[in-house]
Amino acid sequence: MTDKIHLEILNRRDFVLGASAVAALATVVPLGGNRALAKSVSWQETMKAVIGDAKPAAGKVSVELPEIAENGRTVPFTVSADSAMSSGDYVKAMHVFSTGNPRPHTISMYFTPGSGKASATSRMRLGKTQDVVCVAEMSDGKFYMGKRTVKVTIGGCGG
Amino acid sequence: MAKPRVKVPKTAKAGEIIKIKTLIAHKMETGNRKNKKTGKLIPRKIIQDFQAKFNGKEVFRANLHPGISANPYLAFHAKVDKSGEFEFTWTEDTGKKWSAKKSITVG
Repeated sequence: MTDKIHLEILNRRDFVLGASAVAALATVVPLGGNRALAKSVSWQETMKAVIGDAKPAAGKVSVELPEIAENGRTVPFTVSADSAMSSGDYVKAMHVFSTGNPRPHTISMYFTPGSGKASATSRMRLGKTQDVVCVAEMSDGKFYMGKRTVKVTIGGCGG
Repeated sequence: MAKPRVKVPKTAKAGEIIKIKTLIAHKMETGNRKNKKTGKLIPRKIIQDFQAKFNGKEVFRANLHPGISANPYLAFHAKVDKSGEFEFTWTEDTGKKWSAKKSITVG
C-alpha cells in the first residue's frame, strides 16, 4: 500500500520534474504482484513497453484537450509536433497515453513525409480526471513529449 | 455494423497539405465491460488498425487501443503533389476489414 501511495505522489511530481523523473519511475513500478499488473498497468511501464528506454525531452509536442470533459466516453483530442516533415526530418510516430486509465496506451499514430503535417485528431475514453501524455518519435531517433491535464466529470471506461 | 465515412477535398493545389477526416461506426468493445445479467466479461472487439494510402504509398497509420471512443474518428493530413486516389483500410481485431476510396484532382 505504501508503495502505491509513493507512486501516486511521484506521479504528480513528475509533472514538474519532466522526463528525467519518468525514467526513474520506470524502475519503481512492480507493485501489487502480477495479478494487479494484469488488470491495470502504470502508464510509465506502458510507455517503456512502447518506446523502450528512450527518455523523451519536454517540448515540441502539443496536446489539445478540453479543460473539462463532461462525458469521459468521448473526449476529443489533437496531438501535434513541430517538424518540417521533410524526407530527412519528420515525425515517425506519436504515442498517446492516458495516465489514469486502467490501460493507458490509447493510440499510436505513424506518419511519413507524405503526411505533410505531424498532427492528428481523434476521440478518447477517460475514466477520471488525469493527464494525457503524447510522446513523439522523430526520424533522427529523438523523443519529445507533451502533456495536458483534463478534468473529467463522468468517467467513460466502464459500462 | 461498421460503415466507414471519409471526407477528402475534391481538388487541391500541387504541394498542398490537405485535411482528411474519417469515421467508422463501431462499438469498440473494450473487453473490460461485464454483461449485467450474466456477470461475464464481454469479449474485446475493436478496430485495432487504420491505414491511409495515397497512390499506393502509406501516408498515415494508426494502432488503436480500447481507450479510443466508440465510432472511432480520425483526422489527419496528407501532402498531395499530383492527382490520385486515397485508400483507407480499417481492421478489426477479428481480422475483419473495411475499406473506402476517394479520388482527388490536383492542378
